[in-house]
Amino acid sequence: MRDVAVIGVGMNKWGELWETSLRDLIAQSALMALDDAGIEEVEAMYIGCMSSGLFTDQEHLGSMGPDYSGICPVPGTRVESACASGGAAFRSAYMHVASGMADIVMAAGVEKMTDVDGGGATFALATAADQEYEVYNGVTFPGLYAMMANHHMKKYGTTRDQLAQVSVKNHYNGAKNSLAQFRMEVSLDQVKNAVMVSDPLTLLDCSPITDGSAAVILCSMDKAKSLTKKRLVKVIGSGHASDTIQLAQREDLSSLKSTAIAAKQALDMAGRKINDINFAEVHDCFSIAEIMVIEALGIAAQGKGGPATADGTTAMTGKFPVNVSGGLKSKGHPVGATGVAQIVELTKQIRGEADKDRQLKKADIGLAQNMGGSGASSVVHILEGM
Amino acid sequence: MSAPKYWREIPQRYRFEAAKCKKCGKVSFPPRIVCPECRSREFENTRINDKGTVETYTVIRVAPTQFTDEAPYPVAIVDVGDGVRVLCQVADCGPEEIKIGMSVRLEFRKVQQEGHGGIINYGYKCVPE
Repeated sequence: MRDVAVIGVGMNKWGELWETSLRDLIAQSALMALDDAGIEEVEAMYIGCMSSGLFTDQEHLGSMGPDYSGICPVPGTRVESACASGGAAFRSAYMHVASGMADIVMAAGVEKMTDVDGGGATFALATAADQEYEVYNGVTFPGLYAMMANHHMKKYGTTRDQLAQVSVKNHYNGAKNSLAQFRMEVSLDQVKNAVMVSDPLTLLDCSPITDGSAAVILCSMDKAKSLTKKRLVKVIGSGHASDTIQLAQREDLSSLKSTAIAAKQALDMAGRKINDINFAEVHDCFSIAEIMVIEALGIAAQGKGGPATADGTTAMTGKFPVNVSGGLKSKGHPVGATGVAQIVELTKQIRGEADKDRQLKKADIGLAQNMGGSGASSVVHILEGM
Repeated sequence: MSAPKYWREIPQRYRFEAAKCKKCGKVSFPPRIVCPECRSREFENTRINDKGTVETYTVIRVAPTQFTDEAPYPVAIVDVGDGVRVLCQVADCGPEEIKIGMSVRLEFRKVQQEGHGGIINYGYKCVPE
């Protein structure tokens, strides 16, 4: 295994992009990443995408990705692990370069979600759960996380206000993100009084439906030094783990084992402890998810994710800033793009290129955590500026 | 839903059939062909208990298309013992009545229907004991 750096990043403005097609979404971010790296060619492309088939009737992104990014005949591979597809695509590209098979590889992520109505999107997203034993019985994705929330609240005393504080914090951050879908702040009362989706989660505890893409260029460290004058961002840790697809079969309904395992792998590989990390982008698909993720990562002790959110530990100015981008909640959640967009955010923060009023003072080492289904798969990466 | 896709789940959905590992005794519901605990591939047929307790729950208020008419409805993860948990709807129980720790019993029920006048899909729900 050799050292690998991220040398180019691209992300379009996310939202309900009625005028932009799936193919153009991929191409927009791919071209931005190539331009940012100052190169025209790569040797392979990975595309994280959960369900282009159900959202747009289009499969075979292994061709469409390179084709519309103007880089045929390089090989394209679509990577799918539900909402962790982007993180898994990045890891695939990382392994491709680290192994020595290629020097320069692109990892992209995309989801075009608004070509179907709300019912169609709910159906497509539910395919990340167990069709026969969860979805068949009428549970939804918010429903699965709501059951984790109720379990966590009963077991650890996590409060409704602490859940809401995740959304308040992430919208505060996202309002400052020029690429975010929902650039607005929300109050604690707005979150708690929004329409109930699945008790105790309201609409403002849930990440939105989004069209969007992201792309990054990975390059062997030796070659990176001669290609770019920007600060080199090295991939120092990578971890990936699975858990039962059914929530009911997990050892503990209040913890995320796949995330804890993936995080340990990544930290061990990097030779770091969680407190060596300056900031994190994590998978806040629902407010309770961020609370459980920061516990699994060790940013907060098990059961203390709620208090750590409420006391400002994870705020932009806190001891351990989490989701300075606005997270999935405010930035948006085009499922397959999310994991790659986390790498874009880490890279921009480390280079000092984030939006001015949300650039962290100390951002040398960042962690990205991306998660599929109800925590049934999880990917963690750690990046460090050289 | 195609007939085989529905038909092949009938032993589990109608009769609560599960697979008990002959080596370590772990009960898998639905049945598996390899034990997730010890990787043995030998099982004996068993049935899960029809009584259990609610370990966690939610009330679905924004429902999938085929369940829209039933919302709001409670859904629970029920611990039925022997290391088995089952996710199902809670019938004969109002959204305000459901609680963690509540005793319930699994029953054979209609779960959903494919469109107006469509095929009825059966399975299990739990009811307060």
